[in-house]
Amino acid sequence: MGYTLVYLSLLVLIPLATLVVMTARLSPGELWALAISERAMASYRVTFGASFIAALVNVVFGTLLAWALVRYRFVGRSLLDAIVDIPFALPTAVSGLALTAVLAPNGWIGRFLEPLGIKAVFTPLGITLALTFIGLPFVVRTVQPVLEELEPEIEEAAAVLGATRWQTLTRVIVPTMTPALLTGFALAFARAIGEYGSVVFISGNKQFETEITPLLIMTRLEQFDYAGATALGLVMLVVSFAMLLAINGLGAWARRRAGQT
Amino acid sequence: MISARNIEATSEPAWVRRIIIAVAIAFVGLFVVVPVAAVFGEALRAGLAAYGRAIVDPVALSAIKLTFVAAGIAVPLNVVFGIAASWAIARFKFPGRSVLITLIDLPLAVSPVIAGMVFVLLFGKQGLVGPWLSDHGIKVIFALPGIVLATTFVTFPFVARELIPLMEAQGAEEEEAAIVLGATGLQTFLRVTLPKIKWGLLYGIVLCTARAMGEFGAVSVVSGHIRGRTNTLPLHVEILYNEYEYQAAFAVASLLAILALASLVARRVIARRVETT
Repeated sequence: MGYTLVYLSLLVLIPLATLVVMTARLSPGELWALAISERAMASYRVTFGASFIAALVNVVFGTLLAWALVRYRFVGRSLLDAIVDIPFALPTAVSGLALTAVLAPNGWIGRFLEPLGIKAVFTPLGITLALTFIGLPFVVRTVQPVLEELEPEIEEAAAVLGATRWQTLTRVIVPTMTPALLTGFALAFARAIGEYGSVVFISGNKQFETEITPLLIMTRLEQFDYAGATALGLVMLVVSFAMLLAINGLGAWARRRAGQT
Repeated sequence: MISARNIEATSEPAWVRRIIIAVAIAFVGLFVVVPVAAVFGEALRAGLAAYGRAIVDPVALSAIKLTFVAAGIAVPLNVVFGIAASWAIARFKFPGRSVLITLIDLPLAVSPVIAGMVFVLLFGKQGLVGPWLSDHGIKVIFALPGIVLATTFVTFPFVARELIPLMEAQGAEEEEAAIVLGATGLQTFLRVTLPKIKWGLLYGIVLCTARAMGEFGAVSVVSGHIRGRTNTLPLHVEILYNEYEYQAAFAVASLLAILALASLVARRVIARRVETT
């Protein structure tokens, strides 16, 4: 018990308190100016924009993937199920390197994009693709267990009552799945906004264009601009906490729903 | 399989099923399988000899060593913490219990860069206690202690998160019985609790170790990238890449990929054991 508390305070509370102390050294005006500087705003746009699109793509394809894994039996199903965990298991630096290699103009996938005029490496598109890669397991692993729990009887009842398959899907299955879909989205989004390793390789890190906020924090720290880094870190931390609260809230909502049915 | 599932009204037509399966496989194939295969492809492009050279390079070897040292310190610390914290959370109701649970999840919610940043703000050159430490000749940032701290921070939820639900589900009756029968606390732990949680614990250790060895962002902030001194394997990959040593970068990355794939296999095997016990 005592050990737990000492350990936790050494590792988490003291560092977090440091952040508070560093913040307190700045006046609110200074803090605000640092947090909304032009370069910071550009980095928020890239980070949050790419994370949002990536999470959205993952909700669509991740749900489809979870559906196939739960509902259908096909050759290679359990292998596919195992592969879904790879983006979570792979060190982010390896993911970044791998994605850059395949998407580069001479890479395995990039060479087919090049003639179409699509550039992925060193563009916001590349960042979005990297964030999609790392977010995929979060959506699949959130949606999958909920789909497994879904009772086929409810769908049968809908069918017996005269619903077409499409109606059953949109009126029965999707509403039941909504909390899980939103949770999956929130988890993928939360992971994406803080992501660093898999993005730095592919983004090219051009100021105002492909510079994500975590990288800007890194740059500030390297220049010993602790005030600038603190302000940005605080913004990220507030968003992360908001996401954590949203995810917990969604979880509670999902449990209430499950209790009702 | 329940036959009812195959009734037309509760399933999709065959062609829809096939399209969904095809899209699922194509998505995972393009997004996950091709990049992972590319790592190995690029690593072996210049032949096995070049691959071997990249790995036995002294700088690479020192990165391998540092990675194992950092994980070797961080993982045992987190195992002890994970057991203590989940024991406290699962067995007792105390004020601040839910705060404790949230704090345990925190490293998963914050960006690794911010995890590294707080340690720089604390121990860095112009940090809160940094100047005092450097007066006393203690180096934390840009040295091994900083790397260990950052690694421990980002990996500490993994063991606790596996054990809390497990211990909550198992209850405390068997431990109580052991104590009543005269076992000491340590005996109860070793003979009763540990066997009950061993697979869950092992699962947590695998997750924790894999992350500890692969952590990039947090370690990158505190390491200072001193070649051969404060470089872990993931950082070494980045340095090689930035120096246009592509084949070597991919060779080192492939080592990390093998570790990651091995951890996935281990997780699958252990998960099966957890289900059967």
